[in-house]
Amino acid sequence: MALRAMGPSLSRLREREIMTAYILRRLLATVPVMAVVAVFVFFLLRIAPGDPAAIIAGEDATAEAINAVRAKLGLDRPVLEQFALWLWRLAQGDLGDSIFSNLPVTRLIAQRLEPTVALTLSTLFVAVALAIPVGVIAAWQVRKLADRLVMIFAVLGFAVPGFLAAYVLIYIFAVQLQWLPVQGYRPIAEGLWPFIEGLILPSIALGVTYMALIARITRASMLEVLSQDYIRTANSKGLATRRVLLLHALKNAAVPIVTVIGIGIALLISGVVITETVFNIPGLGRLTVDAVLKRDYPIVQGLILVFAAAKVLVNLVIDISYAFLDPRIRY
Amino acid sequence: MVAITDDTATPRTEAPAATRWATAIRRNPTIAAGAVLLAILVSLAILAPWLTADPLKQATINRLRPPSERFWFGTDQFGRDIFARTLHGARVSLIVGLTVAAISSVIGLALGIVCGYFRRIDGIVMRVMDGIMAIPSILLAIALITLTRPGLAVVIIAIVIPEVPRVVRVVRSVVLSIRAQPYIDSAIAGGTRGFKLLARHVLPNTLAPLIVQATYICAAGMLIEAALSFLGAGVPPEIPSWGNIIAQGRSFFQIAPWTILIPGAFLALTVLAVNLMGDGLRDRLDPRLARRM
Repeated sequence: MALRAMGPSLSRLREREIMTAYILRRLLATVPVMAVVAVFVFFLLRIAPGDPAAIIAGEDATAEAINAVRAKLGLDRPVLEQFALWLWRLAQGDLGDSIFSNLPVTRLIAQRLEPTVALTLSTLFVAVALAIPVGVIAAWQVRKLADRLVMIFAVLGFAVPGFLAAYVLIYIFAVQLQWLPVQGYRPIAEGLWPFIEGLILPSIALGVTYMALIARITRASMLEVLSQDYIRTANSKGLATRRVLLLHALKNAAVPIVTVIGIGIALLISGVVITETVFNIPGLGRLTVDAVLKRDYPIVQGLILVFAAAKVLVNLVIDISYAFLDPRIRY
Repeated sequence: MVAITDDTATPRTEAPAATRWATAIRRNPTIAAGAVLLAILVSLAILAPWLTADPLKQATINRLRPPSERFWFGTDQFGRDIFARTLHGARVSLIVGLTVAAISSVIGLALGIVCGYFRRIDGIVMRVMDGIMAIPSILLAIALITLTRPGLAVVIIAIVIPEVPRVVRVVRSVVLSIRAQPYIDSAIAGGTRGFKLLARHVLPNTLAPLIVQATYICAAGMLIEAALSFLGAGVPPEIPSWGNIIAQGRSFFQIAPWTILIPGAFLALTVLAVNLMGDGLRDRLDPRLARRM
């Protein structure tokens, strides 16, 4: 009797151990990926064809100017020494200095972080809030008008580039109707409404492909679940349609949807570069474009590391969330 | 029995070409729609020099004209004909899309087969692929472009590198699943080895998923090229491409929206055509994938 009473708590303890081990293993698995990214951006500069120092210094740069750039990038020292130094600094969170402004790259990134985080989160929110209900409705109304419309939107959403969506939205809602600002960003400190107002069009433009992706996977995943026996049981015992759809079906269809929401964050990260340029938002995307046009490689390099780390981190969170969403999943 | 087979066989073999086409279209409406749309766009791109005026010719007297009979798609701030520029831009997009798809397929196929065959190399190559995939593709392309002189070839290489891992993953998984099949064991037992085994059993099985993947890479390549050119990090401005036409129209967008919306619509249509073909091919060639989406 005593043993049987202890049974459940023992197994729960064991389960928690397995879970912790799983999370630790996933955490460790991100180390080699980030190491490859770090090595890659380091050697990109060294294996680039031609003389990167001359290209960065510009068309009509003097020999001294080129040499100064070369020294600043550390290209005049032995590769292994540079690599060790670079890794050592990276481990301390030092991403080097900008070639042109001499400011530390980490500080430049920190200054531009807020608008990008705000834009990404609001897009995530808008996309999930719109696309999941749309996908559920499409699956519920399968092969009817609503479903057809959703599928047309989904196919178009994959074809329309972000900047075209942005200009169409600006033309309709800012130029013609004049409901929303054409471009610009107001920090949250200047008031909630101006902040939100400036983010509406950019979020929709950035989220078009993302919404198409989420709506499509929600529909597909829901259709699969809706064909299961337990849904028929729930329907036949007289449960309300809304209850069946949301409580029984959507919950069981969640794993693929969450996966796609996570994979799609990569789309958003690539997209902010474009969206921030169109809407003139002073975030990391604009920093990237400005750095590219000035060929300020240390900034580009730092941004790649930050964006890749963000992507790896999101994947990690998604992987761990599986274990909670579907208790059958254990690796 | 004989009569029945004769009945069905006769009309099928003697069906006129038109009927056979109609059947093919009814069976694969998406492939057909994509193919027709793409054929129109490709012909416009090829015929661009004969159909249009000089896309670079400036005429300040005609600046920012709206679409009219003389200028079908209007003109930009230098008086250049947007119709001519859009059709010439189609050439850049299609060339980039096709070459990116072809080069990444070949490199990805080779690496994928090597990974599927040699387990020791597999670990290293796949870790490198994971690392490349962790970098958003536009950023990776941008980084490469920062370090080189602008040009079409650089743009193509910069788009190929982030796309290769996607092909490697697909090919590798096919090779691994084929290797586990019993018929491979019997083929090996029967004396089929090395290159012959590869050519006869492995390669044909990778073909279908590879073609499907290549169409999606073609579409992605066109979108990335347009994005890079739009940001000023892609095709140099003296070669009209949809991305840089849109970039140059930016400052005049509010008074001359056609400079952006028309080339943008062409880009969307082209990507749509390629995606439709990809979806159709996927449903036909790879039913396992089709069920998932």
